[in-house]
Parts: sequence; structure tokens; C-alpha cells
Amino acid sequence: MRQYRMTSNSNKQWDMIIRPSGGLFDLKLRELWEYRDLLYLLVRRDIITVYKQTLLGAFWFILPPILNTAIYFVLFGVIAKVSTDGTNPILFYLTGLIAWGYFADCINRTSTTFRSNASIFGKVYFPRLIVPLSSVVSALIKFGVQLILLVAVLLFFLIRGENVHPQYAYLWLLPLLLLMMMFSGLAFGIIISSLTTKYRDLTNMVPFAVQLLMYATPVIYPASIIPAKYLWILHINPLTPLIESIRFIFIGSDQINWLMLGYSLVFTLVTLFIGLLMFNRTEKDFMDTV
Amino acid sequence: MSVVVHADQVSKIFRLGDVGSSTLTEDIRAAYYKILGKENPYLKMAVENDRTSGVSSDFIWALKDINFEVNQGEIVGLVGRNGAGKSTLLKILSRTTTPTQGEIKIKGKVASLLEVGTGFHPDLTGRENIFLNGTILGMRRSEIRDKFNDIVEFAGVQRYIDTPVKRYSSGMYVRLAFAVAAHLDPDILIIDEVLAVGDAEFQAKCLGKMKDVSDQGRTVLFVSHNMGAVADLCSRAILLKQGMIIQDGPTDSVIRTYVQQNMQVKLSDSSSLSDNTVRRGTGQVRYEQIRMLNSSGEEVNEFFQGDKVVIEMTLKVLEPINELLASISLRSGRTRDMVTSTKRNKIDCTNFKSGDIVNVRYEFPRLSLRPGVYETYYWLGDKSAETAFDVVDNLLPPIVVKLPIETNDLFVSGYFDEPFTFEQISI
Repeated sequence: MRQYRMTSNSNKQWDMIIRPSGGLFDLKLRELWEYRDLLYLLVRRDIITVYKQTLLGAFWFILPPILNTAIYFVLFGVIAKVSTDGTNPILFYLTGLIAWGYFADCINRTSTTFRSNASIFGKVYFPRLIVPLSSVVSALIKFGVQLILLVAVLLFFLIRGENVHPQYAYLWLLPLLLLMMMFSGLAFGIIISSLTTKYRDLTNMVPFAVQLLMYATPVIYPASIIPAKYLWILHINPLTPLIESIRFIFIGSDQINWLMLGYSLVFTLVTLFIGLLMFNRTEKDFMDTV
Repeated sequence: MSVVVHADQVSKIFRLGDVGSSTLTEDIRAAYYKILGKENPYLKMAVENDRTSGVSSDFIWALKDINFEVNQGEIVGLVGRNGAGKSTLLKILSRTTTPTQGEIKIKGKVASLLEVGTGFHPDLTGRENIFLNGTILGMRRSEIRDKFNDIVEFAGVQRYIDTPVKRYSSGMYVRLAFAVAAHLDPDILIIDEVLAVGDAEFQAKCLGKMKDVSDQGRTVLFVSHNMGAVADLCSRAILLKQGMIIQDGPTDSVIRTYVQQNMQVKLSDSSSLSDNTVRRGTGQVRYEQIRMLNSSGEEVNEFFQGDKVVIEMTLKVLEPINELLASISLRSGRTRDMVTSTKRNKIDCTNFKSGDIVNVRYEFPRLSLRPGVYETYYWLGDKSAETAFDVVDNLLPPIVVKLPIETNDLFVSGYFDEPFTFEQISI
């Protein structure tokens, strides 16, 4: 048996120490920065593989919001006669659905991070967070294509002189709102993906939960139609101010509630922090359970 | 010499069986026990399992108190049977999983190659995949740009570099994937033998690159079943068994222990071949038992050069067949070259009924193999050469050949001692 020598001493400089679990609050953001090239290339991969499907790819991006708008227009607007606060119902639904669609897309793409990347994660170490980050960034492609559709429809109604009033003075807020949707979607997604490595049956709940959350958010109806005693649901929902603000900027319906928006920002940051902690804990040994 | 890897009391618990919805219940129970201030019942089970082997438990120690140090420039082979903990240790070292206890300190940049081509996307071109795969392996884009021409040249895919890799032949694909990995320039390279699959040329390239890496003063940790490659490449080996280090020392003596231990397992379990269901071949005839004997009839696998070797085989007929041939081949070296092979020997099978047991015997009167470790490959088939009824490929212990006296001439190479005479006939 080879003699085990204690040649190391504590003041020796090691580059890496592999331990059962690192500090709970070690978010490893520096390491994330070192792998920024990987983030860029993963986003690039998604863009290239989407563009390789060319024309039809873009078509599939704009079809769902068009169809959904048509369905809600007929069901809610024509049959149930739900008010849209006097704004054009088609634009109302389309704006809400596209904005919501991006958030839902962020959740859906990131909620299976561990399970769908198990084969890569099992072979090479890199900060796992790069993968869901790249997912929410490349989800912007689909959102961008849908945004072009929205702007086209908006122009059409503006030229026809409909009752739409884009709030150009608040356009600067749009990137911030988008970032908040991106990070809240990412936060929910990585929390779900962390939980589903162990409790796999949770995966089945995700589409249902996202659907339910959409109905608890004023996406296809204005907050004004909700009876006062149920209004608290919309108020605690951090997505309410996001959707309302986006719709305000594009078509001038609803309003921006700065207090609510501030709450939404705090909520996003807190869930993101919790998500990062859970994600970092899971990434260490999920290969043993997946 | 400076220590670049220092593993201290590294242990890992694994749970066996299905990790399903039941874990939620277990977690709730574990939390409940925690609230009551009791010990987690599941951790306790694992400890008990370790102390009293034979008790079945869902939790086992995949690794237990692993201590070792690796110096800069060493090539260390990690050997052991399947399930000995090699892969787990490799995964901890490459940070795809964490130890349950203990820690490993590492100095320098680590690259672990558990497979090549991780993250390759079929729709991306060779160029795009080089960048994607390179960054996954930890390179910066600028670094890849600098090495790009070398990588392409090494892979030999210049003409197809802007073609999607889904149109590549499998050979080109693997070459490109390996080329990226080969240009990583780590201080410590952790490499799995599964990498050494593919054609012989690729294996040679792969293992040759490892040798280069170590010649440049870098450190290599190599996990393998291939004793030939370990003997060839590594100066030191670590033998793992049931999650513990059994031996750590010069490669020769570690391999000897490994082979002996494997032998013991086989001897005590003579039915191991018939139990072994993961076998190639169509299965009309199967090997029941293969025994390697020395001149006095003892079952051994170490021989001296010049010894008599007897191989006795018991075959079982499962379906009547028209034709039956048997052969034995030997492989060696880091590229697992075919060293030699017997002729395909005809076995009379005219009266075979299913269930029949057939015994055959090979006798090699004088072993002319040079000292080394030779993997065995037993084959049963018919003349078409496409049908194999059964193949026992490196499932049994290798033949280990030693010299009677330690007169090992370092300049002798190759596998055989061809008899010859030598004289000087003029000035």
C-alpha cells in the first residue's frame, strides 16, 4: 500500500476545492461571467437552428397568438360580451397574449432544464445556470417575431382611426418590463426544474399551473370587470402590473400603477434569488437522482 | 514535485432502485425525524449496510474514505471491476456530482473527457460546433479562434467545415469531436476509457494524445478496464474495490493484484458465464465455462514464457445447428491490437440436440508470447463469418505472461519470440 503523505498544508494555493456542498449563498456569479461566451454560443445555436427552418419557422411563431386572439374574440367578445374597457378587443387580446406568451415561454423552456440536459450535464461541468439563461434570451426571438405582428396590426388599426392610443412617452419602460418578465419567468422555471429532478410528477402540474396563473392575471380581461372582493388576487399577482403596463404602452388601455410595479420588481428579485439558491443546490448532485 | 490533486476522505452515498414519487414521502419523514431531533433514518441505513455486508438496503457507499495524492506530470490509472467506484470518482473529479463527505483539492485547470462531442448539434456546421463544444469544455472564444486551424487540420475535415455535422460520416464526426477535446491544453486531464471506442486508428490517436499531454508535464488520470493500456501508459495505478482503495502503487503490481482478484471471483463462481446474459451472438450455442489451466492442471492465468497452456471449454447447445466453429484470439497494448488468433476449429455437431453439453480442449505446448497482459476473446460461429453464436470478449481474466528470470531487454518490442540463431561471420 502506498504511503499517504501529508505534504499539503493549509496555506497552499489550490485552484479548486470540491466539497459536499459549497456555501448556501454562493451564487457563483463570477464563474457565470467567465462562461459568458457559452451563453452567447447557446443563444446563437438557438437562432441558427430556428432560422434554418426559415419561413415556416416564423409562421409557427405568429400562428398561436392569431388563433388564440380569434378564439377569445369569439368566446369572450362576441358570445360572453366581456368588456375590454372600450379598447379594440382584437388588439386587447393580442397584446395581452403576446406579452403573456413570452413569460409562459420562459417558464416552459427553463422548467425542464435539468431533465432535458441530463446527458450534457452528466459529462461536463459548467455553470448550469447558463442553459436556462440562454433559453430566456433566445425566447426573445419568438417574442420579437410576434412583436412585429403586433406592431403591424396596431398600425392597421391606427390608420383605420380606431380607439387606440400608444403611449410613446413610456416606450423607455418597455425593456425594463421585458427584463422583469424574463427574470420572473426564469425564476419560476428554475424553481420548477430544481423541484422536478426529485419530484418528477410535478412536471405534469406545470402546464396546468401556468394556465391557471394566466386566468389569475388580467390577460384576456381588464381588471375593471373583477368584483371588488376578488380584486386582491390580481393585486398580489406580481404579473398583473407587467401585463397592464405593457398594454398601456401599446394601446393605451389600463394604466401604470407605479406602486404595484415596484412590488412586482421586488417580487421578481426575491423569487430569482430563491430560484438561484435552489438551482445551485440541485445542480451539485442532481445526476444522482435524475 | 508538487501535488496537484489531493483527495481527503472522499465518500459518496448512492441510493439504489427507482427514485420516484416515493421520495417525497421519504423527505417528509426525514423532515419529521429532524423536527423530533432524531437521526435521519435513511443515512443510518447506509452506514449499517456498509458494516454488515449482505444486508440489503436502498443506500450504499459508492466510495468510502478515498485518500490519494497525484503529483504533477504523473499518469495515474484508476482500475477496478464494474461498480468498484471508478466512474463515481471520475464524476466527482469532473464536478458532475459532489461527494457526500470529504473534499478534493485541485491545482491548475482541469479538463475532463467523459465523452467527446458533448453538445454537438446536428444542424450546426462543423465550424459552429467547434465553437459550441469548445466553450462547453471551458475554452474562451478567442482561445478557440487561435486554435481553430489546428483543430480543423487535426480532424482532417477542411472541406466540410461549413457543412452541418449531420451530413458527416460517423468517423468524421468523432474525429472533429476529438480534435476539439485534444486542443484543450489543461493542466490536469481526466479521461474515461469509454473515450477509446471507435476504430483502431482513432483509439491510437486518442491514447497517443494522452501520452503527448503527459510528456508536456501535465497530469493525467485515466480510468480503464483495459489493462494493456494502463500498463502501457501509466507509471502508477490505483485499484478500487467496492468503493475503497485496495492498492495504490506501481502499475505492474497493481495489475497483478487486480488480475488475481478477478481470478478469485471467477473461480468461486464457476457459473458466471451462464449467468452472464449480456453477451453478443445469436445464442444457438453458448459457452458454459472456460477454464485456463497450467501443465499441472491448476486453474491459473499467469504463465511463464515457454509454459504449457490448456484451455478447456464447456459448451451448451440450445438449438441444433449445421456447423460450429470455435476460435480464441488475444489482444494487447493500448490500442488493443489483435495479437494472434487460433484457426477456426470445426466441432462435429451432426448429432446435436438442444440441451447437449460439449467439451473441447485447446493445448498450447510452448507459450511464445512476450511478457505482457493479453485480453482473451472467445468466439463460436459458423463459416459465414457473419454469424457468431457466442462471443466472450474480455469477460474473463486476461493471460498474463512473465519471464522466467528478470532478463527483460528494454529494446525488445513486439509480442512474440521467434526462435533464431545469431552469429558474426566476418569482421
